[in-house]
Amino acid sequence: MAEVRRGIYPRIVASRIRGQLAYPVSFALDVLAQFIGQCVELVVIVVVFTQVTSLGGFDQREVVLMYGLAATAFGLADLAVGQINELPEYIRSGELDVLLLRPLGALPQLLSADVSLKRLGRVAAGLAVLGWSLAGAGITWTPVRVLLAVTAPAVGAVILGAIWVAANTVSFWLVDGREVASSVTYGSNFATSYPITIYGPWLRRILCFAVPGAFVAYFPALALLGRADPLGLPSALQWSSPLVALVAVAGAALVWRTGVRHYQGTGS
Amino acid sequence: MRPSVAWGNVLAPYPQLVRAGFRCYATYRQAALAGLVTNVVFGLLRAAVLTAVLAERPVVAGYDVAAAITYVWLGQGLLNVVLLWGDTELSRRVRTGDVVVDLGRPWDLQAAMLATDLGRAGFAVLARLLPPVAFGALSFPFRWPEQPATWALFGASTLLAVVVSFGIRFLLNASAFWLLDVRGVIGMWGVVGGVVSGLVVPLAWFPQWAQAVLAWTPFPALFQTPITVFIERGDPFPLLGSQLFWAGTLLAVGRAVLHRGSRRLVVQGG
Repeated sequence: MAEVRRGIYPRIVASRIRGQLAYPVSFALDVLAQFIGQCVELVVIVVVFTQVTSLGGFDQREVVLMYGLAATAFGLADLAVGQINELPEYIRSGELDVLLLRPLGALPQLLSADVSLKRLGRVAAGLAVLGWSLAGAGITWTPVRVLLAVTAPAVGAVILGAIWVAANTVSFWLVDGREVASSVTYGSNFATSYPITIYGPWLRRILCFAVPGAFVAYFPALALLGRADPLGLPSALQWSSPLVALVAVAGAALVWRTGVRHYQGTGS
Repeated sequence: MRPSVAWGNVLAPYPQLVRAGFRCYATYRQAALAGLVTNVVFGLLRAAVLTAVLAERPVVAGYDVAAAITYVWLGQGLLNVVLLWGDTELSRRVRTGDVVVDLGRPWDLQAAMLATDLGRAGFAVLARLLPPVAFGALSFPFRWPEQPATWALFGASTLLAVVVSFGIRFLLNASAFWLLDVRGVIGMWGVVGGVVSGLVVPLAWFPQWAQAVLAWTPFPALFQTPITVFIERGDPFPLLGSQLFWAGTLLAVGRAVLHRGSRRLVVQGG
């Protein structure tokens, strides 16, 4: 039985991937649209920097570095757990009952139901921007910083994924939580792309401690640049993203379990 | 010999379609409320970015803090009135073949869809425009119009923005007569539309060459023009004239495209 279970997710995912590649032109256009879509916010940053030379105390290269980290993390998270945004639809239509009845975890089933490869376009856009800004931001490279640069997007993706799973769990209580979930998903993409110094004190506290978006790009970027936090927060925070990721995953798992236990079906 | 046409009867369906469009969206109040949450979250984030820019310099390309804040919240409110994303009705009906029924009805399809869209926009003014603007005006410094006439001009500009937006969406959807699957086309518009129409960052902040290029397109008519009229930057009449030109042009092109497209239509089975 365990043998069967181990093999089942790779097979599900592989079948989803084959399905998407069946229409290559449509697929290529989708990837391109995602690539361009991810670059829209970059255009905003570039336009803003034609007017001013710094934003929230950071110059263009530094803000673009944060954007690159955030975009890559968002792309990876969207690829891996973006399907969680379909949860409200699963609940509304009653399909979730089917998932709960199967002898597999409901969350992994939901996430593997559609691995949308077009989201690779977002990852590609993020990596391109990240590579460009890492090369030009004047970083003093040390082995630890190299390790940080390589792992930061993945760690950021874990944090974002945990936030989305937790946020989507509200759908167990609200019949149509789709908008709330999408504002968290795309709001987190936007919010993490800028230095948190631009936000007011309340929004900043929320991003640091409640919804840990500041650990996706802002703190890793400070560590890479070797800059002290302009807000005076301890420098240990700059290196603690992996720890925050673990806590976020544990928190999200707890929220998810509570949600599933609470679930009663829509009764239709 | 053609029977004489009673114009009262010919025009009768359209006001009713406006009302139907309004009622259709008014039914889903919870959805409208949930959508508001998203508008407000993004409004807060966008306002933060623009405020940070203005912390560097008090006035950037004619925008002070109050004008920038007003720009953000009007944009968030107008987003669902003018409607940039999510209109795939016509293309869906072309793909499924239902458009045959629409074309066979005793109405003008384009006019009927425009009437329904105006009704939709009317409800959106109440449910999606007023709340974010009220929220922004209460929470931040806000720039209200100084001339009373500006309110009327803003109303006219918003109405024209809806018609221009309808014209663009109609053309994108009508490409389904040739492409069948328009998701790529509409998806592409979804990602670039917000930038070129001045929704995400004021067009006045763009480099000169980009502003010059965009001035030749209908895109600024969607968001930048109504907002510019509201915050009273420059003479509003040339702006409204440009909107009127694009509204007329897009509707005329849409009409021609629909005519050509419906000739390509092959009804299977029958």
